[in-house]
Amino acid sequence: MAVFETMAAAARFLLRGAGLKASIANVNIGDQSLFGITLLRLSPNCSSQTKTQRRNAAHFSYHPDPVPTEYGPTTKMNLFQSVTSALDNTLASDPTAVIFGEDVAFGGVFRCTVGLRDKYGKDRVFNTPLCEQGIVGFGIGAAVAGATAIAEIQFADYIYPAFDQIVNEAAKYRYRSGNLFDCGNLTIRAPWGCVGHGSLYHSQSPEAFFAHCPGIKVVIPRGPVQCKGLLLSCIADQNPCIFFEPKILYRAAVEQVPTEAYTIPLSQAEVIQEGSDVTLVAWGTQIHVLREVANMAQEKLGVSCELIDLQTILPWDTETVCKSVAKTGRLLISHEAPITGGFAAEISSTVQEECFLNLEAPIARVCGYDTPFPHIFEPFYIPDKWKCFDAVKKLISY
Amino acid sequence: MATLNSIKNMYGICSHVIRQTTGLRAAKLIQQRAFRVNGALRQQPFDSSEEKPQFPGASAEFIDHLEFIQPNVISGIPVYRVMDRAGKIINPSEDPQLSKEQVLNFYQKMTLLNTMDRILYESQRQGRISFYMTNYGEEGTHIGSAAALDPRDLVFGQYREAGVLMYRGFPLDLFMAQCYANVDDLGKGRQMPVHYGSKDLNFVTISSPLATQIPQAAGAAYAAKRENTNRAVICYFGEGAASEGDAHAGFNFSATLECPLIFFCRNNGYAISTPTNEQYRGDGIGKTGSTLFCLGSRSVCVRCEPRILCRAVAENQPFLIEAMTQATRIGHHSTSDDSSAYRSVDEVNYWDKQDHPISRLRHYMTARSWWSEEDERSWRKQSRKMVMEAFEKAEKRHKPHPDLMFSDVYEEMTPNLVKQKEAMWRHVQQYKEHYPLDAYAK
Repeated sequence: MAVFETMAAAARFLLRGAGLKASIANVNIGDQSLFGITLLRLSPNCSSQTKTQRRNAAHFSYHPDPVPTEYGPTTKMNLFQSVTSALDNTLASDPTAVIFGEDVAFGGVFRCTVGLRDKYGKDRVFNTPLCEQGIVGFGIGAAVAGATAIAEIQFADYIYPAFDQIVNEAAKYRYRSGNLFDCGNLTIRAPWGCVGHGSLYHSQSPEAFFAHCPGIKVVIPRGPVQCKGLLLSCIADQNPCIFFEPKILYRAAVEQVPTEAYTIPLSQAEVIQEGSDVTLVAWGTQIHVLREVANMAQEKLGVSCELIDLQTILPWDTETVCKSVAKTGRLLISHEAPITGGFAAEISSTVQEECFLNLEAPIARVCGYDTPFPHIFEPFYIPDKWKCFDAVKKLISY
Repeated sequence: MATLNSIKNMYGICSHVIRQTTGLRAAKLIQQRAFRVNGALRQQPFDSSEEKPQFPGASAEFIDHLEFIQPNVISGIPVYRVMDRAGKIINPSEDPQLSKEQVLNFYQKMTLLNTMDRILYESQRQGRISFYMTNYGEEGTHIGSAAALDPRDLVFGQYREAGVLMYRGFPLDLFMAQCYANVDDLGKGRQMPVHYGSKDLNFVTISSPLATQIPQAAGAAYAAKRENTNRAVICYFGEGAASEGDAHAGFNFSATLECPLIFFCRNNGYAISTPTNEQYRGDGIGKTGSTLFCLGSRSVCVRCEPRILCRAVAENQPFLIEAMTQATRIGHHSTSDDSSAYRSVDEVNYWDKQDHPISRLRHYMTARSWWSEEDERSWRKQSRKMVMEAFEKAEKRHKPHPDLMFSDVYEEMTPNLVKQKEAMWRHVQQYKEHYPLDAYAK
């Protein structure tokens, strides 16, 4: 009961702690929540939360990048703040730039656009009706007419109504017109990846669907420093780009990020950690899982892993990956998306073509299962560090 | 008016302003539902001598001067309502004259829903469930519209229609089981909370993407029509979802393919932070379809709906009810939202305190001496007890067996999935201390 009461008190504290927000909290949920808390407290049968009922802790530990020194002064930012910073730099320097999508005006459901409407005006940061095909179509048109169009799709899981516009229009605009027209000024941003409880429609990683589409670029950062630099590159890039932001990292990933604009090149994979025995390839959140796996491999198996962040899924940096596999002879690729037809399959196929005789073991893919992303089974579904570690063991002992 | 006519022509959806009251004749009309052969508009035979536009579907005349159809010529589509804020029937001839039993049932269902919402919202804040969406302010819309339906009518919802399921008899245990994703969940623990479904109660399982249910409902209605069993379909969605391309598709298909279907738009003024003036121009989504408005949050729909349903089934036409739940959305969008970031305290306060459907219905009942303070007290106690019991029970139950992660991807389990399942168990057995197996059914 004690734990319970503490939690109830904590809940009330949190509700009241937000100053002005508290008053509306009290209106909406205050009466109701206090009612709810009272009920929960009075009920003798309500057990205190057991370990199994607590929501799962994250499946990774975030490893921040070292502080960059080459881009000027830095400040502490989390992932969503690094997005805001990139957008702020863009709106400041490019008068044609506009940001639009569902709920971006008040700051966005993940707070990526907080403050921008007030700073730059409602004609530059604005809500659209609830319609993804419209958002992307509108963005293509704006880009064709010369504006820097930055479209937000609220969750990557909801990008599919826009699939026709992306694949049949955006990707093919330049090619089909003989380079008379293009929508290179278009960037589409969307939250991406598992978040602990997102289930079927708030956890998806759809990069593989878009990897199959020549004409667009697909980019996924692992942290705030990469995020800002890569996003600015996407915005500057004269091709339509899709930028997936790992939503589980929005708050959890904190780094010192340069306040000025800077770019990190697209289509360049980064060797985050050098090693000699096994090449590990991933992108986004999974990089942090593999970092731990690399440490575990070193400690428990004496195995030295080379960790590569692919960063750009399309067009991807085959050279860096193949060079690494030529050195180590062993490759593990890991992503949350389902294994069949996932992007690891493409990497695997190319690597075995280029590095066949270097390979000491079959290429390992540790990925999601071929099911929709489940809710309560997430701990069993995701390619966690134990599955990856086990795969490294098998690679070494092949 | 010209605008409305052209919309009507474009979609062939009935355009009516229906004057109705809270569902008195509901029962009678439902029984009277008959299946008549649809008297569809026949094409005019082609006649090149006539000075009229001669293409299929045209019924207009030529004019010789340019005329603009102004969108805001009329002062909006009238909003039908029966009760005023104090729960009094405005026009006595529209009094639905529902029985005391019916109204008490409505009230109890609405308040039970409200109680369940409060408990489950709080439980999310405490980390017991991962997510929740409340139905504050829309209880009347749900219960009222559900009451007019036949239990066989298929319901396609969006995510804020728990009252419809509650009215139909979905037990508290199963609501809780889905939110807790425990072993009793009919959905087998795969979806986030509030994604309910019940085959027995003809409530199609909710999915998160918006408006996807709208063309599906049209297809289901078409199939129901061919079944010839007087079954209708109702499709709920919010005014935000009505902006999706799927909504346009659904409306158009339902009209051209003559589907017996009610589209029920819950217009609560907001789509997360987006107010309606950023969602559409005009006074409602009625521009895209039919123009029936009912003030649903006052349980009015129980009255207007049966007649609409009869016509929908009899004439194989879709009807659109736009419920201006201008109690607006009282709660946050979900537990992931803090609406103080975009709404004023006063605005929300007003709707919660002064114009709530539950209090209006209570005034209606107390005015007829159907409900006393003592009744209220004892019902509150009883409903809270019911909710708490279900809650405590749900919390203690195990989660479903992890094998259920792999089933129902297809009807049959593919060899590939069998292999993946076996690999998962081999792995989990070897590393079992890292997996929360104790919480799951064995």
